[in-house]
Amino acid sequence: MMVTYLQAINQAMAEEMARDENVMLMGEDVGVMGGAFKVSEGLQDRFGKLRVVDMPIAESLIIGAGVGLAVQGMRPILEMQFIDFISCGFDQIVNQAATLRYRHGGQTSCPIVIRGPSGAGVHGGLYHSQNPESWFFSVPGLKIVAPATAYDAKGLLKSAVRDDDPVLYFEHKFLYRRIKEDIPDEEYLVPLGQAALRAEGTDLTVITYGATVHPAVQAARDLAGEISVEVIDLRSLAPLDWNAISASVRKTGKALIVHEARLTGGIGAEIAARIGQELFEDLDGPVMRLASADTHNAFAAPLEAWILPDLHKITEAIRKLARY
Amino acid sequence: MNEQTERDLYYRMVLVREFEGRVSALDKQGKLAGGVYSGRGQEAASIGVCHGLRVDDWIFPLHRDMGAVLAKGADPNRLMAQIFGRRDGFSKGKDSYLHGGDLPHGIFGATSMLGSTLPVATGMAYKFRMKNEDRVAVAFFGEGASSRGDVHEAMNFAGVHKLPVIYVCENNFYAYSTPNELQFAVENVADRAAGYGFKGEVASGNDLHAVLQAMQKATDRARRGEGPTFIELKTYRYHGHSEHDRAAYRTDEELVTWESRDPIELWEHYLDKRKYDLQAIKAETLARAQQVVADAVAFAEASPEPEGPEAMDDLYATPIPGGSPA
Repeated sequence: MMVTYLQAINQAMAEEMARDENVMLMGEDVGVMGGAFKVSEGLQDRFGKLRVVDMPIAESLIIGAGVGLAVQGMRPILEMQFIDFISCGFDQIVNQAATLRYRHGGQTSCPIVIRGPSGAGVHGGLYHSQNPESWFFSVPGLKIVAPATAYDAKGLLKSAVRDDDPVLYFEHKFLYRRIKEDIPDEEYLVPLGQAALRAEGTDLTVITYGATVHPAVQAARDLAGEISVEVIDLRSLAPLDWNAISASVRKTGKALIVHEARLTGGIGAEIAARIGQELFEDLDGPVMRLASADTHNAFAAPLEAWILPDLHKITEAIRKLARY
Repeated sequence: MNEQTERDLYYRMVLVREFEGRVSALDKQGKLAGGVYSGRGQEAASIGVCHGLRVDDWIFPLHRDMGAVLAKGADPNRLMAQIFGRRDGFSKGKDSYLHGGDLPHGIFGATSMLGSTLPVATGMAYKFRMKNEDRVAVAFFGEGASSRGDVHEAMNFAGVHKLPVIYVCENNFYAYSTPNELQFAVENVADRAAGYGFKGEVASGNDLHAVLQAMQKATDRARRGEGPTFIELKTYRYHGHSEHDRAAYRTDEELVTWESRDPIELWEHYLDKRKYDLQAIKAETLARAQQVVADAVAFAEASPEPEGPEAMDDLYATPIPGGSPA
C-alpha cells in the first residue's frame, strides 16, 4: 500500500495499540486534534481517551509519567509536539528513564518511546527545527533511531514500542508528506541496530541517516559513471551498526559522514573518530564530515538553506573526497 | 489501634533510628563512601506514612526516607548492603543509599534530582486509575524540592485526572542550608495545593497519630477514586543535610526546641499513658532493633563487592554488543 512517512508512523502506533493493550500514547494535542501534524489522527476515537491522552504542556511530566507507567508494565509512546521541546524533559530522560534499570540493579526496565518531529527545511526557526540526537548520544541506557523512509518509519517504531529499553525516535518533519512509498500490507518490523545499504559503490562510502539519506542517494545516482558511491543509512544511532560501517569503509577506503544535525559534537564526530582509530590502515583519504553549520537553525529561507547540507553540498563533498 | 500495632510502630521508629545511627557511625569511621543523609528526627513521618499502605501500593521515597523504605518492607540486610555498595544491595553497587529501590515491595529508587519522582509516581497513579485498581502511589519530597517544575507539573496533572496519588511534603525547614523564607512566599507548602484543585493538609510530622490520621484520610480518598491529597508534615532533621554538613546555619535553641518534640519520645509518652510497661517495651524494642542492625551490618560486610566489569551490566534490558551504544 502507498503511504506517506507520516501515515506510516500513524499505522505503526495503531497496529501496536491494537496488538497490545498496554501500548498507549501521551502528548500535547494528540487526542481530539490528532496531533499538531495529524500523526495520531483517529487514534483516540479508536482506542479511547484513557489510552490516547491529551497532556498539559509539561514535557517533564509527560516523560516522567511514562516512566511510572512503564514500571507498571505499560508501554507508553510519549510525543514531544516538536522535538525541540524535549529539552524541557531532559532530566526525566537522562536521569530517570536512562538510569532506571541500572540504578535498580536490573529489577526493572523502561519500555518507553519518546518521539516527535525533528529537523529543519520547513522554516521552523530556532525552536521548531532542531536535531537533538547528539544531546542524548553519550547517555548510556538510551536507544536512538532516526528513520529516513516510510518503510523504516513504521518498522522501526513498531520495534521501538516492543523494545524493553527507552527509545528516542526522531522522525523528520520534512519527510512527513514528501516521502510516499509502497510498503507491505502484512506486518513487518525493522530491527533496532541495523543499518541499510541504500546504494552500492566501490569508490567511497557516505554514512548518513534521517533526511539527508535522500540527497545522498540522489548524489550517488547523479555521480554514477564518474564516482561509485556507497550509501549507508544508519537508521539506528544507538545501537550503532558498526559492522555495516566498517565493512563498507574497508571496501571503499573512504568515508564521508553526512547529517543534518550540527557538525560540532554531532554523531559524525564519533563515527569519524572510530573509523580513524579502527580502520586507519584501510583508509585512502581523510574521514570527512558534512553537517549543518555550527549555528542555530535560522528562520529566513536564505539563512536556513545556507546552514543545511543539501544535494549540491553533498555532491561537492563526494567529489572532494574522491579526488584523494 | 491495638497494643500490638502500637508497639510495632514504636519498634519501626526505633529500628530506623538505630539503623540510621549506625550508618552515621560507620560513615564517621570512614567505612562508607558517598553521602549519608540522616532522617533522625523525622521517623514518625516516614513510618506513619507507610503504616497503612499495602504491599501493592507504591512509595517514591526521597533521599532522607530510609524509615519509609524499611517500613514499606525492604529487607534491612539488603538495604545495608545497598549502602555499602555491595553486590547484594538493590542496585548491586551501581548506586548507593536510597537510589536502589526495591520493586517487589513497591519501593521506587530515588534519583538525586529531588522532586523528579513526582511525575513518575503520578504516571503510575494514572495506570492504577486506568486499570481500575484501588492502589495508591505515595510521593515524598522536601519543601525545598517543592520549588521544582516537576513537582508542579505532576500535581497539576493529578488534579486534572483525580489520580490516586498522595504527595507527602516533609517540611524540615531547610533545603540544605536555605531556609523556607528564601524558598517560597507562602506560609505552608500545602497552600499551593489549592492551585491544583485538591486538598492540602498540614500536620505535625513528629506526631505519629497526626501522620497516621492524615494518611488514613488520604488513602481512603484515593482508593475511592476521589483524587490526590497533598500532606505537608512539619518536622525537623537533627543532623545536617548530609553527615558532612555541620548545619551552622541554624541555632542551638532551634534544635533543642525540636528535640523536645522528639517523635519517638512522644510515642513513648503515649505508650506510657496507655499503662503499658514502658521500661520493658523500651528495653525489648531496643535490643531487637540493635540485633537487626548488627545482622544487617554483618550481612553487608560479608556481601561481595562487585567487580569492575559489572559496571556494564544492567544498562539495557535488550543488551547491546560490547555493552555500549556504539
